[in-house]
Amino acid sequence: MDFRLGERSDAFRREVRAFLDEALTKEVRDQIHATGVHHNWEFHRALVERGWLAPGWPVEDGGQGRDPMEMIALSEELQKAGAPTYGVGTTLMVANVVRHLGTEEQKRRFVAPALRGEIIIVLGFTEPESGSDVAAAQTRAVRDGDEWVVNGQKMFTTNAQEADYAFMLTRTNPDVAKHKGLTTFLVPLRQEGVEIRPVFTLSGERTNLTFYNDVRVDDSLRIGEVDGGWDVMTLILTFERSGAHGGWSIALLEAMERWATTDAGDGVPADDPGVLARLGRAAAENEVSTLLARRSAWVQQSGRLPGVEGSMAKLFASEALTRQAGDFIDLLGPDGIVSQGDPTAPAGGAADYAFRFALGTTTYGGTSEVQRNVIAQRGLGLPRPR
Amino acid sequence: MDLNPTDEQHQLIDAYAALYAKESTGERVRAAEPGGFDPALWGRLVETGVLEMAVGESSGGWGASLLDLGLVAEQHGRHLGSAPLVEAQAAARLLARAGGDGARALLARALSGEELVTLALHAPRGGTLRLVPGGAVADRVVFLDGDRLLQTAARGSVTPAANLGALPVADVALGGGPGGGAEELCSGPEAAAAFESALDDWLALMAGALSGLAGRALEIGVEYVKERHAFGVPIGSFQALAHGLADAATAVDGSLLLSREAAWAAAEEPGRARELAAAAFGFAAEAARQASYRSLHYHGGYGFMMEYDIQLYYRRAKAWPAQFGEPDLAYARAAAARLSRGEG
Repeated sequence: MDFRLGERSDAFRREVRAFLDEALTKEVRDQIHATGVHHNWEFHRALVERGWLAPGWPVEDGGQGRDPMEMIALSEELQKAGAPTYGVGTTLMVANVVRHLGTEEQKRRFVAPALRGEIIIVLGFTEPESGSDVAAAQTRAVRDGDEWVVNGQKMFTTNAQEADYAFMLTRTNPDVAKHKGLTTFLVPLRQEGVEIRPVFTLSGERTNLTFYNDVRVDDSLRIGEVDGGWDVMTLILTFERSGAHGGWSIALLEAMERWATTDAGDGVPADDPGVLARLGRAAAENEVSTLLARRSAWVQQSGRLPGVEGSMAKLFASEALTRQAGDFIDLLGPDGIVSQGDPTAPAGGAADYAFRFALGTTTYGGTSEVQRNVIAQRGLGLPRPR
Repeated sequence: MDLNPTDEQHQLIDAYAALYAKESTGERVRAAEPGGFDPALWGRLVETGVLEMAVGESSGGWGASLLDLGLVAEQHGRHLGSAPLVEAQAAARLLARAGGDGARALLARALSGEELVTLALHAPRGGTLRLVPGGAVADRVVFLDGDRLLQTAARGSVTPAANLGALPVADVALGGGPGGGAEELCSGPEAAAAFESALDDWLALMAGALSGLAGRALEIGVEYVKERHAFGVPIGSFQALAHGLADAATAVDGSLLLSREAAWAAAEEPGRARELAAAAFGFAAEAARQASYRSLHYHGGYGFMMEYDIQLYYRRAKAWPAQFGEPDLAYARAAAARLSRGEG
């Protein structure tokens, strides 16, 4: 048994840290905060220059052939630093699907430009009437010769205003069981019939509601088989749950530890064992979050798909962040509610921000309840509810 | 990273799993209550070298790693071993670390099986070492008073206390005078530092034992909710139960990973050993509580009956860690260790 990630991973982590010190400038951070957009073209292109959009892919597919231990180091550092990677994340998730399931022509058309940082692809799964029950999507795609006509709405189409394509789950056959009538398309967003309406969230992040009105999509933009969309979804949802999940908690704790060791006039908070206990509990949870995510990476390295392990990692880290954020506001007292950006905010407003932000993490990529179902049924072998 | 045990570690796990399966059955655990000591189990453990394993070759042992001891502790917890394994190992390692003639002689008697030597986790108050782990069955107790590391005879001056976990804990009364008639093994900052390291060892090993206990308690609950039917379906199909068990399973996996990392760090990343041992202990105490509580509760009324094994787990899940103190005490220790390392 060995808990080291290894020399290669450590060396890569050092490179990533040095890169982030340089590329994640105050201007980039201020822009994220001001706009709520977790995508920044300059930062995106800096990642491209390093070849770090998909460094885990094989070299022949445009990656750097880095192993899961190097990838978890990259993921941990990006998350801890609060780097704007939502655009990168969704683009690469989709490019990875195209790499596995797309035609040769589709790979040339989408994967290569994605790796060059030329296009952004966002996700279009969730709808006003379906979230966790993703297979209940109602957005219709109807065939018309070599084209499809798409009508419907998607929710939480984050970064749609920056993006070129939405990877969209549509219903192509309403007469069969819900999982069997789905098809996925790369729908170009900059065309007639697409309307993007901004939606602002609890943590100030901007997302969108998108409308599709008789949008015409060429059949060459279909990914996977007609009515085979569920196979595509199974693959992409596994990608969504891999990687680090505890980075935000680690950043929050670091901010709180700086607060606890600074005398702001009333003594050093960390001299109080009650304060230490709360910091220590978060530290223990963060270590568990890190270990659960690293275990998923290790499972991947061993050549398996981390299904239950990924669900545990995502569930634990997001619930821990939620708990910690509330507890740290309590710990800070009345000052705890002062927001990021206000000069009097203790710990840089980290607790207030986390208290808002955390509630997104317990939802996207499958709610905590969905993860618990996965763990109970696939992990513990409990019977499905009737 | 490699989370698989090595071949040697696999052998170690298998050997102790087999030993406990034979020598610490539900019947044997019950038979050892309320005193909490099974002399035959302890005899087998000593025979297989659980004490020699704990100390280095220069101290007369085999020098297994703390991680190896932790893997044995997991089996101890899974099978609710009625023996003061963790404290005896922590005491042996403390004596080896302390050095000096007195400590060496006592360690030799412990390794030969001549005397059972245990560790008091708390300093004496009012001339008494309160609720010493294993104190009811030990011959000697090692303890810290101020910056003096001392040892005292435990026979004749002990008062066992009936307790939640049927643990062999006892108050050990010290005699009059400075040191309470105890023998000083060493003193000064080195003595205090050696004792703190012994606490780290105890916390890391207890975290392993609690992780093993939690894992088995969870299995018992999962088996039960698959079998038991209500309203015409297995009760494990109700999400109210399934989700409680999913949370417990996640905590159990986290606890196991963290306790193994903490034990591993003792040799491989000593700069984080104190933080991780305390964090692992606090987390394991809570995971064991969560898993055993949910499993017991999902048994319904049966869980409340003495006849079902889950109550044995439920009581120990709280009592074992309580010997040190509440989880928050360990979390504060972890945070103090982090901050003094300048992290954060």
